Amino acid sequence: MSMGRWLLGLIFPLFVMLALFAPSDATAGTQPAAPQGQAQRPTLVVCPTCEVKRLVDALREAPTGGRIVVQSGLYVEGEIVVDKPVEIVGQGWPVIDGAGKNQVLTVKADDVSISGLVIRNSAKSYLADLAGLRVEAARRCVIEGNRLIDNFFGIYLAASEDCVVRDNQVYGNATSEAFSGNGIHLWNSHHITLERNYVTGHRDGLYFEFLHASAVRHNVSEKNVRYGLHTMYSADNYYQSNLLRANLAGVVLMYSKRLRVIDNRFEDNWGAACYGALLKDLDDSELADNLFFHNSVALYAEDANRNFLTKNRFYNNGFAVRIMANADSNAFSGNVFEANAFDVTTNSSTQSANSFNGNYWDDYRGYDLDHDGIGDVPFWPVRLFGLLLEEYPAAIVLLRSPFAELLDTAEEAIPVLTPRNLADEKPLIARPSWSKSRVLKNASVQ
Amino acid sequence: MRQMMTVARQAARELMRGWWVASYGLFFMLLAWALFAFGERPAQAVVSVLDLVLLVIPFVSIVVGVLSFYNSREFAELLLAQPVARSTVFFGQYLGLSVSLAAAFTVGLGAPFAWYGWSTRDQAGTLLVLLLAGIFLTFIFVAFAFAIAVRTENRLKALGAAIFLWLFLALVYDGLLLAVIMAFSAYPLEKPLLGLCVLNPLDVARILILLRLDVAALMGYTGAVFKQFFGSTLGLGLAGACLAAWVALPVLAGVNAYARRDF
Repeated sequence: MSMGRWLLGLIFPLFVMLALFAPSDATAGTQPAAPQGQAQRPTLVVCPTCEVKRLVDALREAPTGGRIVVQSGLYVEGEIVVDKPVEIVGQGWPVIDGAGKNQVLTVKADDVSISGLVIRNSAKSYLADLAGLRVEAARRCVIEGNRLIDNFFGIYLAASEDCVVRDNQVYGNATSEAFSGNGIHLWNSHHITLERNYVTGHRDGLYFEFLHASAVRHNVSEKNVRYGLHTMYSADNYYQSNLLRANLAGVVLMYSKRLRVIDNRFEDNWGAACYGALLKDLDDSELADNLFFHNSVALYAEDANRNFLTKNRFYNNGFAVRIMANADSNAFSGNVFEANAFDVTTNSSTQSANSFNGNYWDDYRGYDLDHDGIGDVPFWPVRLFGLLLEEYPAAIVLLRSPFAELLDTAEEAIPVLTPRNLADEKPLIARPSWSKSRVLKNASVQ
Repeated sequence: MRQMMTVARQAARELMRGWWVASYGLFFMLLAWALFAFGERPAQAVVSVLDLVLLVIPFVSIVVGVLSFYNSREFAELLLAQPVARSTVFFGQYLGLSVSLAAAFTVGLGAPFAWYGWSTRDQAGTLLVLLLAGIFLTFIFVAFAFAIAVRTENRLKALGAAIFLWLFLALVYDGLLLAVIMAFSAYPLEKPLLGLCVLNPLDVARILILLRLDVAALMGYTGAVFKQFFGSTLGLGLAGACLAAWVALPVLAGVNAYARRDF
């Protein structure tokens, strides 16, 4: 790793932390009450038997910077718009119900904080991206510990910045890709922190478009109709320790730059066209320390350039790496390939402008005379049968056929068809010790 | 019928007296056990067992079939001097050998699976398909062996023909299949391929087992077509009928030649 990348690694989290803490200082400064405790803020209590029975009334009455405590009960009030800086706190899981008719809660002011609410039943639409909780052009919002149930889109941030979305649970009831929304949808925003959220049953669990300089950590996104985490046209984001399980694809990173994808776990993305990570037009990014477990295709790269893939563990996948010939200058090093049906496949028998160096391959049968831990003969991970499959998909009927295995053996002995330059010149002899603990290490994500 | 069973029992007893039917079963037992003990996931053990079933069972069945046919020749001649139909002797010997081999395989493979607690419906289904495929392959390749041995006086020639047949079905046929796939890659090939696969008992067995495993997800569109076919009653029936036909044809050819053979 170069010095510049190290610096980026240091500065970026700092930057995110600044983004996180700076606004909370700013809000404290604007409060009329003393900053010691929230109890001293002007507080309004809303409950079905209180003086103020409706959240919309409380919002009208509340002063700027005020606090609204919503006690348990069912609130069906049409679309609720938060247009001034307030803090809304739910007690005993009050239910804000959209009754399937509109958006439920829309934030249109800076410095709004929302926590402890159950937000459910937004309308669905083919025309508009209706959401349970929508934040529009707002700064410094905090959305923490809410439950979003059966909304079209769950949490939707548009043109916002410096927001924190944390500890929310988002449950959707999507069944088809065409008529469903995303769990947490971030559009044209920057400096967002997204952590410890749980999303299931939406189209894409987490969807980011034009998202910049944001951190996405410790989220779980599983059993969505389409992808676990989908990124379009974004740059400089940091995805760490997320669990993406049993989606059509774990992460799909498209038309983006400078993403860092570290210590995530991609598993059980299993089916006819399922991927652990799908990279298309992703440039100058890093995927490191991730675990790919039991995916049909663990990592697919098309027209993805200058990415670093380091110390990932590919365990028990169908295809570990499918890298197309139009992917250029990607560097695979220190990865562990184990118990995959195919380690690497590619669609060209001559061209490969990517480097594989110092990986561990469980199929490697070389030797190490000087005992430096590095095999003395190169390893060619592309099997002839894998190459044939890329060109003739129907040849899959020969999967596990003794003939296919014979072909691979013959090609290994006298290579003529597989790309010679797609080789690991320094394959590791022994499996690195870190790779054994990887499963356990990531289990803490849940 | 009773005479046939007597001959079959006698043939089986003869085989059991030798050490190798037992060691054949033991071989499966040890290998399956090792695969379970050292493998990390049971599904992978099944994939490895699949390789064994596809290569070892046909080879052992066809070679042992040829050898034992010649070995029991004097005994058969002695029997034929009695008032016993030739077909009775043939069927008796065929059943004696096939059933012993199939039983050794079933017990040898079944025991480790049972030991490692394969009891859920899905697992039991996979094991059943695996065992049925193995049993069918045993019956098919012993039948091939007998059909070849009946017609050939020279046992080396018979052995050569048997090994050639095994090689053809296990390797060459799939090579031809690949050639067809490459030559006609511009056409929708799924259905013709399905037909060609059903014609080779080894391909039927392999695909039936693969479709039970989650590797089937890798097979994409082709796999989906196969899954639909073999998932339907018609498809499964057709595959079963094909395997049964592969038992019946060589057995009939064998018994026919046996009846007209000059002893």
